[in-house]
Amino acid sequence: MKISRKDVEHVALLARLELTEEEIEAYTGQLDSILEYAAMLNRLDTDNVEPTAHAVPLHNVLRTDEVRRSIEREKALQNAPDSEDGFFRVPKIV
Amino acid sequence: MELTAKSAAELHRLLENKEISASELTKAYLERINALEDKVKAFVTLTEDSALKQAAEVDSKLGRGDKLGPLEGIPMALKDNMCTEGVRTTCSSKILENFVPPYNATVAERLRQAGAIMLGKLNMDEFAMGSSTENSAFHVTRNPWDLERVTGGSSGGSAAAVAADQAVFTLGSDTGGSIRQPAAFCGVVGLKPTYGAVSRYGLIAYASSLDQIGPFTKDVRDNALVMNAIAGHDPKDSTSVPYEKPDYTEFLVNDIKGLKIGIPREYFGQGIDAEVDKVLRQAIETLKALGAEVEECSMPHTEYAMPAYYLIAPAEASSNLARYDGVRYGYRAQEAEDIISMFKKTRAEGFGDEVKRRIMLGTYALSAGYYDAYYLKAQKVRTLIKRDFDRVLEKYDVLLVPTAPTVAFKFGEKSTDPLAMYLSDVCTVPLNLAGLPGLTLPAGFAGGMPVGLQLMGKPFDEGTLYRVAYTFEQNTDFHKAKPAFPGEVA
Repeated sequence: MKISRKDVEHVALLARLELTEEEIEAYTGQLDSILEYAAMLNRLDTDNVEPTAHAVPLHNVLRTDEVRRSIEREKALQNAPDSEDGFFRVPKIV
Repeated sequence: MELTAKSAAELHRLLENKEISASELTKAYLERINALEDKVKAFVTLTEDSALKQAAEVDSKLGRGDKLGPLEGIPMALKDNMCTEGVRTTCSSKILENFVPPYNATVAERLRQAGAIMLGKLNMDEFAMGSSTENSAFHVTRNPWDLERVTGGSSGGSAAAVAADQAVFTLGSDTGGSIRQPAAFCGVVGLKPTYGAVSRYGLIAYASSLDQIGPFTKDVRDNALVMNAIAGHDPKDSTSVPYEKPDYTEFLVNDIKGLKIGIPREYFGQGIDAEVDKVLRQAIETLKALGAEVEECSMPHTEYAMPAYYLIAPAEASSNLARYDGVRYGYRAQEAEDIISMFKKTRAEGFGDEVKRRIMLGTYALSAGYYDAYYLKAQKVRTLIKRDFDRVLEKYDVLLVPTAPTVAFKFGEKSTDPLAMYLSDVCTVPLNLAGLPGLTLPAGFAGGMPVGLQLMGKPFDEGTLYRVAYTFEQNTDFHKAKPAFPGEVA
């Protein structure tokens, strides 16, 4: 086994996912079999191969820094689950 | 022939000659949708009122004697991961169930400006993660050719709506085959354009280095017409490429004499259904008879595309989907005492099983200690896969392979085993890693279900794909076949 229950719990915390007991069990087995399958990549020697992050070579795309209209505050807040006085409202942080 | 069975090009002529009005056409489509939707369930949201309003505007233009653009008055629909101003955009996820975008995706805006009429938004696998549309949080979409079978995915609604004549054309998105595989399963034409040819602005991201929007159509000509409207550089998408956009209809010539077609043998190996293989072999003979020079070739890294994809795509997804935290938009879990537990509960309740699985997988592949072994390794293999394509495409104008290893499978057949489901993308995934264009078109039937043939080409050379596809279509009848619905008069 490449993946332990502890790994799954750790990754779930990193990903901010609250998992049920059943999910932890299922994902432990499933992630293990997917990673087992992915291990076939190790058959390839890639020591002198550059990684590809993007298939199309793109360089920094720049434009002049001009002041332009952006989305109005009201519109930006229209989908907020909770807002107050033009701000997003969330439960207590500290 | 039913009005709703006609292509955009035919309907354009009828509109221009005033044989039909845009309102009549839109009503005919809305009636067709209402008649079939309890069977097919392609749509998540219908926009009947705004569609009829748009149609009336086209009619008043016609009344003034103005000329119409090629897509003006043509009813269409969009996959529900493309933002539409004022029309809810759900990604078929509970977490975005009530999300109403304050802006239009560039493709939605370009189609609006072209005068195309939006009938509604189409069902999909949640966040485009899946190969059967069984992962929608709302309902499954049924294959019009056999209601017991899946449409494929993730753009299942987009494929089914065109196959069932519920829209003249639709748009979908393709990250690992999500346009091509469902188009093949439902017997329609689908194009995944070159990465960067169509703007992703307003497309809700799954895996940003792989996602690309493209059209589903009833024939090849319509596909080129839709590309004319949606493709081209967009300053709002920094990965959009400033290239010289051609008039794609200029490639619609019935002639492939001397064209070089490569057949990479790795795509015809293990796992390809014998009946599907037979249809493909027949199609190759057809193209040879039409004058193409066909030759077998090899792309030795093909088998590594799947494992590389299933590390890269979930890694990008885990990062992209971090934004769904219940703060700015979307679902928020109640009864959370602090912010961390709000994030965790919101995401636990808002995301479905496959989305969580890919977030978990991607987070793991990117996490400290595993990054080099998984994510970086996959990116290096991506380079090798791209080199395979570069090498064979120096020699051949296009490559021909199956679109999917089987025809559409039955509901539940693969949904319990994630890896078995992933393998239905085995013929489509390599192309996304290389960023190249791919087109699927109807090539025949196996056991009464449609089979697609996939053409893969050079960067920004969609034109040659259209030329080969058009020639094949002009010399075969497969695209004319229509599914018969139970109880419907043929």
